[in-house]
Amino acid sequence: MSTPSVPGDRAGSPSGRRAWWPGRAGHGFVAPYAVLLIAFGVVPTGYAIDFAFTDAAGHFAGLANFTTVAGDFRFAAAGAHVALYLLFWLASLVVLVVGLALLLHNLAARGVGTALRFLYYIPGALAGAASVMVWLFMLDPTVSPAGFLLRTFGLDTFGQVIAPGHLPLVLTGIAFWTGAGGWIVVMHGALNNISPDLLEAARIDGAGRWQIARHIQIPLLRKWIVYMVILAFAVGAQLFVEPQLLSQASNGVAGRDYSLNQLSYDFAFQNDDLGAAAALSVGLLLVSLVVAVLFVVKSGFFDAE
Amino acid sequence: MTKQTRAVGARRSGKDRRGVLLVALSAVFALSVVAGCDRGGETSGAPGRGFHQAPQSDGALTVWVDSTRLAAAKLYRQSHPSAKLNIVTYDGDANGSNYLQTKVSLFNRTRKGWPDVVFSTQNNETSWAVQAGFTAPLNTGLIPQATLAGWARGANDPCVVNGTLYCLRNDLAQTVLWYNAALMRKWGYPVPATWEDYEALGKKVATGHTGYLVGSAGDNFTPEIYMWASKCGANQITGPKAVTVNTTSPNCTRMAALLDTLVKNKTMSKSSVFSSDFDKNEASRILMLPGPAWFGGALFQGTFKTPKGQITAAPMPHWSADSTPTAGNVGGGTWLLSAHSAHLKAATDFLTWVTTSDDYQGKVAPGYPAYAPAAKTWLANQASSHYYENDISGTLQAAAGQVWPGWGYGQFSQEAIWAATVIPGMTAGKAMVSLLPAWQKAIVNYARADGYQVKVGQ
Repeated sequence: MSTPSVPGDRAGSPSGRRAWWPGRAGHGFVAPYAVLLIAFGVVPTGYAIDFAFTDAAGHFAGLANFTTVAGDFRFAAAGAHVALYLLFWLASLVVLVVGLALLLHNLAARGVGTALRFLYYIPGALAGAASVMVWLFMLDPTVSPAGFLLRTFGLDTFGQVIAPGHLPLVLTGIAFWTGAGGWIVVMHGALNNISPDLLEAARIDGAGRWQIARHIQIPLLRKWIVYMVILAFAVGAQLFVEPQLLSQASNGVAGRDYSLNQLSYDFAFQNDDLGAAAALSVGLLLVSLVVAVLFVVKSGFFDAE
Repeated sequence: MTKQTRAVGARRSGKDRRGVLLVALSAVFALSVVAGCDRGGETSGAPGRGFHQAPQSDGALTVWVDSTRLAAAKLYRQSHPSAKLNIVTYDGDANGSNYLQTKVSLFNRTRKGWPDVVFSTQNNETSWAVQAGFTAPLNTGLIPQATLAGWARGANDPCVVNGTLYCLRNDLAQTVLWYNAALMRKWGYPVPATWEDYEALGKKVATGHTGYLVGSAGDNFTPEIYMWASKCGANQITGPKAVTVNTTSPNCTRMAALLDTLVKNKTMSKSSVFSSDFDKNEASRILMLPGPAWFGGALFQGTFKTPKGQITAAPMPHWSADSTPTAGNVGGGTWLLSAHSAHLKAATDFLTWVTTSDDYQGKVAPGYPAYAPAAKTWLANQASSHYYENDISGTLQAAAGQVWPGWGYGQFSQEAIWAATVIPGMTAGKAMVSLLPAWQKAIVNYARADGYQVKVGQ
């Protein structure tokens, strides 16, 4: 809330010293975002940290809320679910997004690229929850347009499709379909940034398509891939909408207490334990931050080119 | 929703500007201080066990109802032109949405905003609302004992905590055996009085009339129809925060074995009676269907559109070892009065009218009224519609007093537990008898997570 005044104060500082302050426009553009970031990102985080270390009466509780979470019977299962989901989702994201972006880049020369790029992006243009709703229809063999496909796998009812063992695959499918399109477009843009001279030189040296991809394009995409993995990890660890909607659609048969974020939600609104809910979300934030730092350091993400 | 979460998460990890960080940290600090103060203030006014009346004043009465009960509030406004009523519709806490609990805990934080009277579709609201200091005791002076005596026996049991009444039951949902009288007569089958006869008839139907159903076990409330009626001790709430759980006693296994037999010979459906699959393929092939009182109007008449003059109800079967039938119960809502209300007299008037009046409960309400005199009017109205093959009044009335009292109302949802632990196993073709230990384990876990003292066995 004090941010907008920061550039203002500086701009209003003794005149004459500098008639035109070079960063002013940039700060002006960033200011509204910073306000929103603080109001809806940072302050709630601070609120959560405060809750995580206090009991219901507002007294300092040490790590009691964290031990409550760790001792809850749903915690280990939810952690395992999220870990398995992250494995499936990150692997599919890295392999398929990079693969499809390279394919798209190769096809771009032939004119079909634009259409394909648009096609990849469409699902991403739907709002998150809405695209999950689409999947709920896709997964019900009685109404799904792909029902014949489900039936070939021996899945005749919605209940069979959403059997507990199928959930990591089902959720990865939903997340990939709704989220990967945007990343393919981003990777495609990054590939376009690679100088054609470089590729030309490689070709003259006798490199094939595979070798160009393996030794030139993918190494140059590395930072983009790291960026994608960091963000996808944070999003994946916060898995909530997909299992929650699945749980509602199946009347609680599948997806209840499935992810850590759902457990946090249950702590807050079913067990009336805001402290434990906050402790769990703070823990999730820490894990995401540690993973992000690890990736940034290991990959030299901020090193100058 | 996901998009926004993603964007925020994205930017948070990319934060690298020291200035922004500094501002952010100071904001966090300021906020933590404010938050700390807030809660410090709240503890000083900690809710006691007694009932401290708020200073009374005139003003509009705030009433929260679900869309079905909106008719009741509107009718009250019509018949009481001088009453000032502020009607708010909400989801009625249906399907365990916990909306009311969430809101009340927020109001407790801000010390204002509570509704005066609330309708909930759930019977277990007192399990948290008493502790949260939200519900006012009703039998300690607010509502005369003579009025309270009018409720059906046991109807207000879900509302009693430590001997004090904290809510009023809106309607009953006692289970009965619905059946197609026309078909039973045509095939010459007598209505089964015992579960043994019921099972035998199921076996006969499986071979003689393939495709016809004697029941459905695919809903989340399946345990409330079959296990409850069989006196299975899965949910014996023995105190405000105490429960005894035993799902492997003979009372449970006998019913699970019966369901297994009938599921296996396909006379017991595994689909929810509300699923499109059931409506399309199975609704026209129902011979019998054990279920709550509201199945008659809501399912047969409303959803399945079964023609007039076919369906009727018999008492739930009982085990031959037991002498009388015991019924289960599936739902039936409750009314709560806020202990924070500044208009207690008006609120009590409304509450009494909405639960006992013939004008609403007897003539308009969709469910079987919990208040016995209103139930008489309601039953007479049902009989005059001539939808059922014969008069079902006697059956419903008798069943209202036969609901087994050993099944309580805890804070954890038995329906949600059944859905997540037993139904996936049934879908995978496992026998229900083999799923009973897992069911017990889940109940114990969820009860403990809600702070219950859990006793296993007996």
